[in-house]
Amino acid sequence: MKVPLKWLGEYVDINLPAQELARRLTMAGTEVDAILTTGREWEKISVAQVVGVSPHPNADRLRLATVELGGEQMTVVCGAPNVAPGQKVAFARLGAELIDGHSGQPTILKAAKIRGVESAGMVCSEKELGLSDSHEGILVLPEDAPVGMPLGQYLGDTILDLDVTPNRPDCLSVLGIAREVAALSGGSVREPPGDYQELGQPIKERVRVEIADRDLCPRYCAALIEGVQIGPSPPWMQERLVAAGVRPISNVVDITNYVMLEVGQPLHSFDFSLISDRKIIVRRARPGEVMVTLDGTDRPLNHDMLVIADAKEAVAVAGLMGGAASEVSENATAILLESANFNPASIRRTSTALKLRTDASARFEKGLNPELAMVAIRRAVRLMLELAGGRAAEGIIDVYPGKRRETRITVTQERLRRVLGLQLPTPQVRQTLVSLGFGCRWVPPDRYVVRVPYWRTDVHIPDDVAEELARIIGYGELPTTTLSGAIPPAQPQPSRELRERVRDILAAAGMQEVITYSLTNLESLAKVLPPEELSQRPPLRVTNPMSYQQEYLRTTLRASLLETLASNLRHAQRRIALFEVGRVYLPRPEELPHEVESLAGVGTGDQPDRWRQPRGEPVDLYDAKAYLELLFNRLGLAVSYHDSEDFALVPGRTAEVRLDGQRVGLVGQVHPRVAASFDIEQDVYLFEVNLETLVPQVGKPRLYQSLSRFPAVEEDIAIVVDEGVTAAQVQAIVEAFSLVQRAALFDVYTGPPVPAGKKSLAYAISYQSLDHTLTDAEVDRERRRILERLSREVGAVLRG
Amino acid sequence: MILPQLQELKEIEDKARTELAAVSDEEALESWRIAHLGRRSRLNIILRGLASLPIEERRQVGAAANRLRLELEEMLSQRQAQLREATVTAVVERGRLDVTLPGRPLAIGRLHPVTQALRDILAAFVSMGFQVFEGPEVEWDHYNFEAVRIPKDHPARDMWDTLWIDYVRNDEYPMLLRTHTSPMQIRVMEQMQPPVRIVSPGKCYRHEATDPTHEWMHTQVEGLAVDENISMADLKGTLYEFARRLFGRERRVRFRCDYFPFVEPGADMSIDCPLCDGQGCRACGNSGWIEILGAGMVHPEVLANVGYDAERYTGFAFGLGVERVAMLRHGIEDIRLFYANDLRFLEQF
Ligand SMILES: [Zn+2]
Repeated sequence: MKVPLKWLGEYVDINLPAQELARRLTMAGTEVDAILTTGREWEKISVAQVVGVSPHPNADRLRLATVELGGEQMTVVCGAPNVAPGQKVAFARLGAELIDGHSGQPTILKAAKIRGVESAGMVCSEKELGLSDSHEGILVLPEDAPVGMPLGQYLGDTILDLDVTPNRPDCLSVLGIAREVAALSGGSVREPPGDYQELGQPIKERVRVEIADRDLCPRYCAALIEGVQIGPSPPWMQERLVAAGVRPISNVVDITNYVMLEVGQPLHSFDFSLISDRKIIVRRARPGEVMVTLDGTDRPLNHDMLVIADAKEAVAVAGLMGGAASEVSENATAILLESANFNPASIRRTSTALKLRTDASARFEKGLNPELAMVAIRRAVRLMLELAGGRAAEGIIDVYPGKRRETRITVTQERLRRVLGLQLPTPQVRQTLVSLGFGCRWVPPDRYVVRVPYWRTDVHIPDDVAEELARIIGYGELPTTTLSGAIPPAQPQPSRELRERVRDILAAAGMQEVITYSLTNLESLAKVLPPEELSQRPPLRVTNPMSYQQEYLRTTLRASLLETLASNLRHAQRRIALFEVGRVYLPRPEELPHEVESLAGVGTGDQPDRWRQPRGEPVDLYDAKAYLELLFNRLGLAVSYHDSEDFALVPGRTAEVRLDGQRVGLVGQVHPRVAASFDIEQDVYLFEVNLETLVPQVGKPRLYQSLSRFPAVEEDIAIVVDEGVTAAQVQAIVEAFSLVQRAALFDVYTGPPVPAGKKSLAYAISYQSLDHTLTDAEVDRERRRILERLSREVGAVLRG
Repeated sequence: MILPQLQELKEIEDKARTELAAVSDEEALESWRIAHLGRRSRLNIILRGLASLPIEERRQVGAAANRLRLELEEMLSQRQAQLREATVTAVVERGRLDVTLPGRPLAIGRLHPVTQALRDILAAFVSMGFQVFEGPEVEWDHYNFEAVRIPKDHPARDMWDTLWIDYVRNDEYPMLLRTHTSPMQIRVMEQMQPPVRIVSPGKCYRHEATDPTHEWMHTQVEGLAVDENISMADLKGTLYEFARRLFGRERRVRFRCDYFPFVEPGADMSIDCPLCDGQGCRACGNSGWIEILGAGMVHPEVLANVGYDAERYTGFAFGLGVERVAMLRHGIEDIRLFYANDLRFLEQF
């Protein structure tokens, strides 16, 4: 909402500088986005008159306009369709700063040849002047604009650009802002006059109005003015409309727009001669009914939409836009003026369905009070008689099925204190509310009865009144205290704690955390998941995605992680290790998806040497495993690794991670075919862990093992086994012996003299007892039993 | 008359001193020791010959010889210490390194800047007695909108452009990607009775074109405190303390009226711009203030929606954007950098 201060000053004395006014409005809830000063940037732009228009010699769509600047004439190239001799226009000389009509960026006007003709300036559009977004034609100034006057002087004003919150439709009007300013600066409001003489016939004899669907139209007021003269509205009105960002059209239309901006009530004017049977019916649209609106668009209507109809057909979409058929043209002499109130939800639904948002719908959908309709129509009729002549019919038709009781709220002192943390003195409460137009009666011993003014449709409960008081007095004036109540008992958060520990462990291990988007696309998912998984459990789809790239909720972290890796490889050919801890979303029928906390990591590139250069040793499975081993070790979880397969990983280089026999994760080499689909041409390793499955297992305290006071006996044993025997098998056998305190694998060897198909595993074994010093005989016996069992179970032979 | 032995002791001493001055390494020093203090040294011969001297001479010569022996031994140990010191100094000198050379590379991992900022935000509230609760990112319309007083066809829905899940029930889309963390107010209060003091972090989503200050996925922290006797004053005090913990004790805050359907009165809080100290700069739009969170007293209807006694209990709620906090702390000007995950960006934090 743009509020020109010149206009605002008509309803309230402005005794504050614009900056301070803006600050107070902002603090009180109506944020001032910008203070625009029209005129200041308009150096080298002045009022000019078009004295001649001739065709451009080389271009059909361009013309040459000659303008008079007060003793000086200039000819420029003009592309606007609406330029015509006699017009007063805004003319920019070379060097003027304008807004570029296409890019919207500020630009300096330079001399240019346009299709071979030198153009020494420009006739400006509203957009080029920064007045509005309209770039369809040039800005035509009122006829009495003095030629040669700098535009800033002629149009200049200070305009507050307000960000009005949806609960305050009353602030979508200059009068509403005046009420705020009055309360915030101790002034009083001058209501605009709405009285006039009724010289015509009684309106009841001329027009009939019927509301067929009363739930959607609580009130419909209509006035009739006959004998009007359609023409331009007066300059002062045009200037105000332009300053507020509305394009002047004709006196009748301008008045309806002006009153809407002034008091906040949308109005509509019909050419009465085009209303069939002099009858207005407010009804739901009929199935299949179509209407052409003022903007020339065919609007297919349905039964949920409310229309204003005459005896024959719909003449307006209620609260949104009038129909082209009953538009007030320059030949109109009788104007039927509508000021009505419509159901906000219905207006919003219709607006959404028709994809049509107007200044009117933006106000109706926020909920206006029906009382406003009568105030506005009187004001508009008065302006019509003043500015377009004619006679007003006697009386105003007022069909008012939805009359509401005035809102009265009982507010106790105690509630105000409880909400605001402050006991306000009674006179201050009363004076603050009265300054906003509320009524306030103190009912001893402890309460107020507050009467809400009709324009405040947002105040219903005592806490709303508390906000009114707080925002006018200033939030800064409320006390500042700390919470004094008991701190609620702590609840365990195992899932979050685990997730944060995992992040810390992996970052400490040298991995970089990334956070990728939760939405992805099927194409990416199909690169890393088997087709049957995607078809059996299709991911959730967003029905209105911003782009096809972000259409599906991810069911794995793999794809986005590999994409992140690929994009970084484009500018960093070095060792990269990334991890993400985030959710994947597994659909469940008729339910919210299962959001599973997951971990995934990827690594690629060479190990760095002393000088951080690639050492020529690319990462492999055991680097990837190292992260998992560190992670599970730090979490105190004993996991095992088993040969496995996965759609996206290389067979034989893929291991499943199990905890208590249950699968909790996966580690392996990304299949070169999959890597290539992400444009990665080097070895990549990946791991995944389902953190949710770990939650019940972590956090158990680790049990202490006593330290032996007796010496350990250390010895190395090398055995030869078939290559198919895993290290984990041998390890498990050796560790099962009670005297083996520790067994560490320190060498794996294949090649001569070890026979083909066999490998040698070397272990450093530490024998120790908790209760005595081991004798050589005991150690010998234990070793023999170990070797016997290894021989029996995995065919191991002691290497000589 | 001077005894000849005493004369000889004098000569021994002079010679020993002269020779010691020329000693420059441990080997020479050992030769010197053997020559002057060794078994066959002249001094030792004199000492051994003492027994054959007359008693008076023995007394005089013995005293002088023993004094000289102690003196030579003292000179020896001093010289030895000097030589060792010189050796160590020489070794150290040879071992000088260029201390500016880099250490051997260890991989350095880092947490994402959003994780870092989020942790600090949560820690500030946890230390004030708040607990962390988390909830679903895919939500029902009911929790995201209806239960927080944003019914269908309410114009306030424009404040949250929504991504809807392709799932139809009763001709409507009931499932969505939550647009804010406020549904957690309802979920938490459904699960527990007052006193409530929680913060709820998580991702939120908007159907929104991205630009340097808008991102369709972002991280929010919701806060909620409900109890008997909680007022706007507590809201102000708690959030003021939070702002100072996070942005420095010298920060000033400003509360202004704002509108969110689920709070009444509604507020937002700004801090004085940490980049220009409130003087006005590009980051703060020359106002000197930067809005960091929206807040307010929980609307009595929201309390009633979860079955709380809205007469007895009051509370406050707030919501803040984590990326915005991170941007302020690090002077980041484009929010899109966070989820582009360019290592050249991430490795700066
Ligand atoms: Zn600043």
